[in-house]
Amino acid sequence: MTSETFLFKQREWVALAILAALILLVLPATVDIFRLNLVGKYLTYAFVALGLVLCWGLGGILSLGQGIFFGLGGYCMAMFLKLEASTPEATKIQSTPGIPDFMDWNQVTELPFWWQPFHSFGFTLIAIVAVPTAFAYVIGAAMFKRRVGGVYFAIITQAVAAILTILIIGQQGYTGGVNGITDLRTLLGWDIRTDDAKFVLYFVNAVLLIGCLVLAQFVRVSKFGRLLVAMRDREDRVRFSGYDVSNFKIFVFCLAAAFSAVGGAMFTLQVGFMSPSFVGIVPSIEMVIFCAVGGRLSLFGAVYGALLVNFAKTSFSESFPELWLFAMGGLFIAVVMAFPFGLAGVIREHVEPALLKFTRSVALLRPGAAAAPSSSK
Amino acid sequence: MIGDYTFGEFTSILAMQGFAGLSLFSVFVLMALGLAIIFGQMGVINMAHGEFMILGAYVTYLCSHLATEYVPVLFPVYFFAAMTLAFCASFGLGVLVEWGLIRHLYRRPLDTLLATWGLSLILQQVYRSVFGAREVGVTLPDWMMGSVALTDMIEIPINGLFVMGLTVLIAFAVYLMMARSTFGKQVRAVLQNRVMAGAVGIDTKRVDRMTFGLGCGIAGIAGSAFTMIGSTGPTAGQLYIVDTFLVVVFGGAGSLIGTIASAFTISQAQSAMEFFMSGSMAKVLTLLTVVGILMLRPQGLFTLNIRR
Repeated sequence: MTSETFLFKQREWVALAILAALILLVLPATVDIFRLNLVGKYLTYAFVALGLVLCWGLGGILSLGQGIFFGLGGYCMAMFLKLEASTPEATKIQSTPGIPDFMDWNQVTELPFWWQPFHSFGFTLIAIVAVPTAFAYVIGAAMFKRRVGGVYFAIITQAVAAILTILIIGQQGYTGGVNGITDLRTLLGWDIRTDDAKFVLYFVNAVLLIGCLVLAQFVRVSKFGRLLVAMRDREDRVRFSGYDVSNFKIFVFCLAAAFSAVGGAMFTLQVGFMSPSFVGIVPSIEMVIFCAVGGRLSLFGAVYGALLVNFAKTSFSESFPELWLFAMGGLFIAVVMAFPFGLAGVIREHVEPALLKFTRSVALLRPGAAAAPSSSK
Repeated sequence: MIGDYTFGEFTSILAMQGFAGLSLFSVFVLMALGLAIIFGQMGVINMAHGEFMILGAYVTYLCSHLATEYVPVLFPVYFFAAMTLAFCASFGLGVLVEWGLIRHLYRRPLDTLLATWGLSLILQQVYRSVFGAREVGVTLPDWMMGSVALTDMIEIPINGLFVMGLTVLIAFAVYLMMARSTFGKQVRAVLQNRVMAGAVGIDTKRVDRMTFGLGCGIAGIAGSAFTMIGSTGPTAGQLYIVDTFLVVVFGGAGSLIGTIASAFTISQAQSAMEFFMSGSMAKVLTLLTVVGILMLRPQGLFTLNIRR
């Protein structure tokens, strides 16, 4: 049943096929474009959850600052789109035409130099991944080289998320402040607000997500993935075996950051704006719960976790807004106390054995088949 | 910029700004003391610490209401009763949380962090449902209103002075308790060698519970003091939690003196910089400096030499 095959085990191929069928066929065929766009938004969080599975589940590094990278990726995309939307013709009623509207409102008269490169689409695509990864490298190198880990790392990443939020809100003239970068219209002349564009973007997002999942799985089954688990459980032994633990940690942290950044950029494209409310402490820690609900060791679980928690959040907030925080708080406590391996753990421990038992009993009921297992003993 | 002011004006601005820093310092110290006990002595990350503080604040708010409604005679001194009640409420809730949640998670610090975050969300919603989403303030007795004029230009508000005195008192009491009392000695013994402490007859589980409760209780007092200088809302606790954690980590976990020193440094730096730039940039710069220093010196300013 569980023979080693290329990249995925057999049961994981089945899981991948189910997931791909769900997000590429079933959902687009059954729900309307408004809901599909929402699903697409949820799936952008799944990128972050994937990164957290690698970083936290396997590597034991809990980052409470994934919103930083989600936000940076999203802001890079938003800056490009905003520049495209603020051509001199479109903004001729401003006192300085050709700059984004929020800059004009804040008496900024010239495009800051670090906005200039975002006129180029190629640069933007590189920056979406490179900027957050480089930032993660700086944080990771500073922390892991000095062997700071565990809760200290969690607190510091959280503090960085707080700092970045305050900075973005404070520098209103350059970042759009608390409203973020809004009113994004076209991507290379293609209107992203139409239903057709949303449909296409959903598929781009889903395919990217599956690509990231395969990449993450590749990392997981590689020797590096096994080292990550070893580091999580007995860091000293790995170090004494001659591995440079800090470099591995930096790498996995950067990879998680890159995943989050891709998610952030896709978020901006699909939702049409980016704001500091996706950067700070609260969204960052919510992203951890997506991963924990799905199962911190399961890549597939991460995707389902992100979908389920966000779906629950939307439907709760629509009908019982008061209950949502109770449910969310309860989820945090439940996944820690009762279900440390999340949905994936529940399925593996309860649903799969039950299914196996069921199929066996069905096989036993069939005449002829019943004799086979007993005679083989 | 500095040239526009005369020397006298400049010193008084500095003094006022320094005093604003001291008020911030008091809140930081009161919050961080509880956290330093819980995080420093027990290694437990309590993300719901801010909510314990807010519990104390709401208890004080209730007391202020009850005092004005039913016993106006006692109104001038209701604050002391409120503070005691705030301590008791937070202590009780703390003990309950330790029993129900924390004691199962001592070996998994990261999971404690997530679980207590969940607890903080639940508590926030409880406050919102009970007290409403609006911020509430307490009515201060007359003797706490007004200010003392030191010179023509320097005025010190009395409630700020009171909070500061309270801070000194509580910090001193906590220090005495941890350093001198039997309970403090037991706490430190459990911290340094749990197995041995158990072997000489200390009920380590009870010490854990009492320590956690005590930390939460101090947070309750902090909240009580907080109502005197600001208003309280359901999410006010979350605003302070990261700052407070940074204060404790920066000071060096496990060192009470370090906590006080770092609270002083951070609050003074922040309020001094607020004079030169916008509040948000001052905060960004202060936090960045703290994070930068922590990256260079992860163990914090003051460290205890513990054999691990």
